[in-house]
Amino acid sequence: MTPALARLRAWLGPHLNTGIIAILCVIVSIVVPICNAVVPESSALHVPDFFVTVIGKLTCYAIVAVAMDLVWGYAGILSLCHALFFALGGYAMGMYLMRSIGKQGMYASDLPDFMVFLDWKELPWYWYGFDHFWFAALMALLVPGVIAYVFGFFAFRSRIGGVYFSIVTQALTFAAMLLFFRNATGFGGNNGLTDFKRILGYPLREPSTRAVLCALAGAGLALAYALCRAVVGSRAGRVLTAMRDVEPKVRFCGYDTVRYKLFAWTLSAVLCGFAGALYVPQVGIINPSEMQPSSSVEIAIWVAVGGRGTLAGAAIGALLVNGLKSWLTAAFPAAWLYVLGTLFVVVTLAMPGGIMQLIGMGPRAWNVLSRFRTPGVKVDASVVGSPSSAPPPAVTLVDDKASSASAGGAAGS
Amino acid sequence: MSALLKVDDVTVSFDGFRALDHLTLTLEAGELRCLVGPNGAGKTTLQDVITGKTRPTSGKVHFDGRDITRLPEHVIVGLGVGRKFQRPTVFPGHTVFENLELSLHGSKAVTRNLFARLTAEERQAIDGTLDLIGLSDLRAKAAGLLSHGQKQWLEIGMLLVQQPKLLLVDEPVAGMTQAEIERTAEILASLAGKHTVVVVEHDMDFVRSIARTVTVLHEGRVLAEGPMKDVQADPQVIEVYLGA
Ligand SMILES: Nc1ncnc2c1ncn2[C@@H]1O[C@H](COP(=O)(O)OP(=O)(O)OP(=O)(O)O)[C@@H](O)[C@H]1O
Ligand SMILES: [Mg+2]
Repeated sequence: MTPALARLRAWLGPHLNTGIIAILCVIVSIVVPICNAVVPESSALHVPDFFVTVIGKLTCYAIVAVAMDLVWGYAGILSLCHALFFALGGYAMGMYLMRSIGKQGMYASDLPDFMVFLDWKELPWYWYGFDHFWFAALMALLVPGVIAYVFGFFAFRSRIGGVYFSIVTQALTFAAMLLFFRNATGFGGNNGLTDFKRILGYPLREPSTRAVLCALAGAGLALAYALCRAVVGSRAGRVLTAMRDVEPKVRFCGYDTVRYKLFAWTLSAVLCGFAGALYVPQVGIINPSEMQPSSSVEIAIWVAVGGRGTLAGAAIGALLVNGLKSWLTAAFPAAWLYVLGTLFVVVTLAMPGGIMQLIGMGPRAWNVLSRFRTPGVKVDASVVGSPSSAPPPAVTLVDDKASSASAGGAAGS
Repeated sequence: MSALLKVDDVTVSFDGFRALDHLTLTLEAGELRCLVGPNGAGKTTLQDVITGKTRPTSGKVHFDGRDITRLPEHVIVGLGVGRKFQRPTVFPGHTVFENLELSLHGSKAVTRNLFARLTAEERQAIDGTLDLIGLSDLRAKAAGLLSHGQKQWLEIGMLLVQQPKLLLVDEPVAGMTQAEIERTAEILASLAGKHTVVVVEHDMDFVRSIARTVTVLHEGRVLAEGPMKDVQADPQVIEVYLGA
């Protein structure tokens, strides 16, 4: 590499991630909508309507992936219930969209169709307020946030971490799915919420509405990325990564690790809710299958494939894996799960830094840690300060020579 | 009476095994105390109890006139107790500079640290400490890549910028060269007076070079306490060590 190029790269280094996201967001929020709505259909540059929705949908996944990277890549908390937060945001927006159908449903009732079908006479209290867009938008952020906060508070305070935490989160999303499957819960049972007509008065079928929603998703990704970037670039962000690496030491630096985890965890859940709210108007349906435990596992795979601890990598992973999924499920429907599983195993074993590391843009911390994770050298937090498994040799107060020798021995233990 | 730390009749049992057995210990402000004892004597466990990592089965710990027996770790740190672990423990993915930054004395709240900028004084404190621990040239290096001895020093540096009233230092010179050991002794000795320091160490040359008062632990109890010379001559101490 020439010196000029090297200098350019050094200067670009910290901004490359941001650059990738900026380009993505410009494509999603400006290029795609314009090529769809303004460029005539005869042109080679025209983007077909269905493609706009696909891009918008993938962008929402990218937001979830960025949120996931914040807690997993930076704070070391592997969540396997992020699809739940995403779905909750989606349901909140779906409830607004249901209410804005008005009397144009199948039964021409003021109530949503599924309630009429269940022979309900009035709106349950928890549907109040969802006639208003602002209320639904607020709830899309608040509900996942509050649930994450309460759940996280008890889990983190009891020092449930690592794989135990991940298992509990799987149980949480599974329980929520069962709850939402019930008709009596009041969210449309296994059909979920669908047949939406309009959002804020604009018909959802219109390509122009779709183009705007896609543009908004792009803007949403920019916003989510900017927020997460600001967090991880702050001293609080450095506390998060320190906690990921050696949690007990962070406590002995005077930080209340429960609060830091709760902060990252709750912010991440809120961003997922945000993504879900952007997603549902575009795909036109939300049902409990979004809460399947496997959906959350897939989110973790996107992030692992893209590369943990870079933010941009997570977004790229979400786009690529889902792009692959769209293509494979159409071309070879039976193969998808095998491909996904293989992908996960290969990435975990062969490239723990994911695509970002492959293209030389892995995070500094990762580069260090992967060099660090050679056999015999542990950075595992669990060993810190605990009684050493291999105690240093006995020491004699009387024989000084032996004691200095053992000091060297203790170092190796 | 200016006892900074009072460990009062503390017992820690792990499934019936008493790592600390009715242990009582008092530290005056400004003291430099060495804690010695054979493996498994309970030295690390004593530090765990003082810092809130392990809860005593019975007994009380008072620091600076406050009962800290049941307080969580970060609160105890906030009151002014700093600790260096037996195994050098630094943040491997952060640079040397960032390690010190994270240890700085000051607010540890999330909201504050989201917007925190280093003040000129803080930067000075870090630079000064980097000079003191001899890591100025390595400030931008990831701490995980430091040598064992350098990590030990970095961890001591992290303690210093934290400005604790009481420093608990577990085996600070393990894995250091002779020159490094001497320098560490200087640093620790210079701290006494301003700070209260408890050093756990197996290296007897080192203990002799810094200690004023030595406490010998054995099987969770205080076996002897006093100036190094007296302790070394104590027949019970000799017996325990030769028997070990
Ligand atoms: N969490 C624990 N569970 C069970 N036993 C423990 C635990 N922590 C310490 N012990 C035991 O308590 C005793 C005292 O351990 P401690 O680590 O305090 O000794 P030490 O004096 O620091 O020894 P060393 O010189 O080897 O560091 C040991 O026998 C140890 O095995
Ligand atoms: Mg010990």
